[in-house]
Amino acid sequence: MCGIVGLFLKDPKLEPMLGAMLTDMLITMTDRGPDSAGIAIYSGAKDGLGKITVQSANPGQDFKDLDGDLHHAIGQPVVMLVKSTHAVLEVPLGQMEAARSALSHLRPNVKVMSAGDCIEIFKEVGLPRDVAARFEVAKMKGTHGIGHTRMATESAVTTMGAHPFSTGSDQCLVHNGSLSNHNGVRRELKRLGMTFETENDTEVGAAFISHKLQEGETLGNALEATLTDLDGFFTFVVGTKNGFGVVRDPIACKPAVMAETDQYVAFGSEYRALVNLPGIEDARVWEPEPATVYFWEH
Amino acid sequence: MQSFDLGKEGLRALNSSLHGLKGQTNMTAWEVINPKGAHAIAAGVDAPVDITVRGSTGYYCAGMNKQATIRIKGSAGPGVAENMMSGTVIIDGDASQYAGATGRGGLLVIKGNASSRCGISMKGIDIVVHGSIGHMSCFMAQSGNMVVLGDAGEALGDSLYEARLFVRGSVKSLGADCIEKEMRPEHIALLQDLLKRGEADGKAKPEEFRRYGSARKLYNFNIDNASAY
Repeated sequence: MCGIVGLFLKDPKLEPMLGAMLTDMLITMTDRGPDSAGIAIYSGAKDGLGKITVQSANPGQDFKDLDGDLHHAIGQPVVMLVKSTHAVLEVPLGQMEAARSALSHLRPNVKVMSAGDCIEIFKEVGLPRDVAARFEVAKMKGTHGIGHTRMATESAVTTMGAHPFSTGSDQCLVHNGSLSNHNGVRRELKRLGMTFETENDTEVGAAFISHKLQEGETLGNALEATLTDLDGFFTFVVGTKNGFGVVRDPIACKPAVMAETDQYVAFGSEYRALVNLPGIEDARVWEPEPATVYFWEH
Repeated sequence: MQSFDLGKEGLRALNSSLHGLKGQTNMTAWEVINPKGAHAIAAGVDAPVDITVRGSTGYYCAGMNKQATIRIKGSAGPGVAENMMSGTVIIDGDASQYAGATGRGGLLVIKGNASSRCGISMKGIDIVVHGSIGHMSCFMAQSGNMVVLGDAGEALGDSLYEARLFVRGSVKSLGADCIEKEMRPEHIALLQDLLKRGEADGKAKPEEFRRYGSARKLYNFNIDNASAY
């Protein structure tokens, strides 16, 4: 199964409540995915700074003095905010690559969850309620965000197998379904220079879209290409720095409901994920059509 | 009128109260408030009662219904009225995928649109959709009637048995072994009755529909294909 929730805010007044709204939606989707949960949140870039979200199985050891060590390595101050097994590092935008390179030498066991101007990704094994509490998602603010509750089918229940997957700067993807040609597509993407952290099918979907964007395609065209090149069942929800997109495979077995008001665009695997959103009674509610790309951009 | 707050009292209490109604009852009118997309609302009812759900429902609302009239004052999630036996289910809004799947009897009315696989494997149910239906609708439909005032998506009636399909608008494509057939006087009379019972008689006339049915080539044994078995 798996559950997906997403919110793209049009009204800045809702931005302080983004994390709280997404948390409520995510917990409602627990029965669709009790194995693991994750969230990607886009929370506005600070001038000149980017964010790298990292994860460690031994945060006490790995995150100790990490900000100081990175400062020393790249010659610029780094601000670190530790949240349980994850930490968000704020790094000058010009030093992002240098920081990632230094990180891989300084803390080889640390995994990079996301990097970009404004994306942060938090994901762990466990019930959505516990995962959201652990990272204090309800307190987060932002412009748009995507959450996922996982019931694993294609690969193991691990932190790195949880969604969202990020395979490009400020990009993320969550998936309900299973891809059947992911091994072949992964081989081809590796040949083209993409790198992979897992054997997971969804990571291939994410990397496929990231590769298209790298080639200069628009988000809409990249999503369109999934319909011809990816085989299997999928409802994808993707996030970029300014945008939010949805696409379903032509068979469209995996459920999807969307709602739009003047204040937001919302996505839920089921309508019950949306019932507590403000003004939902008067929202335009619809099911995204099969093999049709939808996206919104700020 | 029995009013039931699903948010306060919970789904199990609702369904066990409804399942407790056997045969004739003096509690004939029920209202369910705060459905909030919950699953299996009023599934498995077997009594001649009238149930109104005030809001949108999740998976399998009114599944296996016998005798009851169930009205949904919102939209319905996947599998609404799945395997209905008798009675009537009326949805004011849209219905998600596989509405009325495997239904054996009764009447399902969808006043909005239905998405994919509407009436899949239907076995005697009548379905009236005021809007359009999605792809793969009436797949392997065995008997009963499907009436669509709007359009039908791809592969309508694929591998069809003996269900009758009436579509007023366009059909994106017909599935394997589904063909258009002539409208005869008995079909006009049948549609007249279905449109009336489906609360659509003011919206469309029987003469505006086309009829689709099985070419009967796929499900009959063909000696020329014997070597394939």
